Amino acid sequence: MTDLRDTTSSLPEVPLDLADLAVRQHGSPRHLLSVADLGPQGITDILRLTDSFVEVSRRSIPKVPALRGKTVVSVFFEDSTRTRLSFETAARRLSADVMTFSASSSSLNKGESLKDTVLTIQAMGVDALVVRHSGSGVPWQVAGWLDGPSVLNAGDGWHEHPTQALLDCYTITRRLGLDPEEGLTGKRIAIVGDIRHSRVARSDVLAFTALGAEVTLVAPPTLLPPSLAGWPVSVTHDLDRLLPTLDVVYVLRLQRERMLEALLPSLREYTANYGLTRRRAALLEENALIMHPGPVNRGVEIASEVADQPGSVITAQVSNGVAVRMAVLFLLLGSGVDLASA
Amino acid sequence: MAKRERALAPPYGGVFVARTTVMDADDVRRATWRMAHEIIERNHDTRDVVVVGLQTGGVWLAQRLAQVVGEVNGEDVGLGTLDVAFYRDDIGLRPVLPEAATNIPFELTGKTVILVDDVLFTGRTIRAALNALADYGRARAVQLAVMVDRGHRELPIRPDYVGKNLPTRRDEMVDATEAGVIIGDVTAP
Repeated sequence: MTDLRDTTSSLPEVPLDLADLAVRQHGSPRHLLSVADLGPQGITDILRLTDSFVEVSRRSIPKVPALRGKTVVSVFFEDSTRTRLSFETAARRLSADVMTFSASSSSLNKGESLKDTVLTIQAMGVDALVVRHSGSGVPWQVAGWLDGPSVLNAGDGWHEHPTQALLDCYTITRRLGLDPEEGLTGKRIAIVGDIRHSRVARSDVLAFTALGAEVTLVAPPTLLPPSLAGWPVSVTHDLDRLLPTLDVVYVLRLQRERMLEALLPSLREYTANYGLTRRRAALLEENALIMHPGPVNRGVEIASEVADQPGSVITAQVSNGVAVRMAVLFLLLGSGVDLASA
Repeated sequence: MAKRERALAPPYGGVFVARTTVMDADDVRRATWRMAHEIIERNHDTRDVVVVGLQTGGVWLAQRLAQVVGEVNGEDVGLGTLDVAFYRDDIGLRPVLPEAATNIPFELTGKTVILVDDVLFTGRTIRAALNALADYGRARAVQLAVMVDRGHRELPIRPDYVGKNLPTRRDEMVDATEAGVIIGDVTAP
């Protein structure tokens, strides 16, 4: 691994080409697999549509008949509380029928393959599969097998979690009161913590930079990916110096369940160097946002008081998540609108 | 023609070719005044009257009606907007305009709602709007005001206040704005 100690400087020119994203956005939005498929305009369009669904969620009857007669299945091969509930709530608020598949109580235990499982679900006549799997790329594989239903990636391994990135973009732009056309232009965002194991970080980097933000990753070298070639970000290990310059500090969960090797000397040392403690939170500008994708390890990556202080938008992220997922489901299943021509 | 229809016509982006001007700006203004007075006359007391314009074509007329009713009666009239994109039975045929938002800044229960659109055609938009309104509360009554009734109804819906009854062919387009009412055709660009 390269020495990353003095790298507040940006990385060299990167192969991740935003012009390429602009080309890809003209593809049909039948599936939502990666943030990269949307492009800056696609992301902006979804955020705009989300405003309408935030309004729906505020009503006394927060339900519209837009997806009546459609069936959405959540197919989760990995544990989840908020993402699954959020998708299911979103589908119900659009009047879709919702089925839940959970791997632990399925015929997978009798040896049925992944392919047979999703083909069985398709044969029941569903319109969308919301897929989470611990293997990177599984939603792509599933989308390739299916013929008809939409596939929504609800998190695949360490790879991507596109709806999380969309709800994060929504939360930031609306909380900071930004012009939808300008996106995140010039905003400084730090993503702190376990980048290596984080699909949220990968999708967020794609989405934030697509909207024009300057993204800095902050993590111990052991929790950074083996190579950052192609990431349009800078890297630092000095959180204290960075904090006063930030518009958003995005704290990631320390994913202890994915750590197969000893990557950290101790949790206390991690908290001392990279945790968002009360002392560090005081270094932030008054209007800066504190974000976390949940679930929160209170006292590890973020102090309990900091998670609950006024600048923290962690619960807003969750409620915006429902509206963002309504927008995505509506776009894929209900509107008949090509994102590129809408 | 409302922005949605403009965006809809042959695949996203037809060209509206004006043929006949049916009403000019003065005619529209006079019709608006008459409709506002009819609203006052019919409802006696406008304290419980609110005006809700349908996105996007009905918003201008709703603003004008609320303004005139307010001026004549000396009391502000509640004004809202309603987007029925999520309630339509032809979802998938019409593009969703992200900027067309619902904004109803008052309680509907017990109110008399004047639902406002520019052109009344098949009645399907109004059907969707009635469903949408029901999700906001139980209005005491809903009345319908349109600048143009062009016929060809597909549902049992009729307007209470009409700017002009205008017989049309089904394939024509009607554009009703503050600047006037125009009949025309939509052709591919």
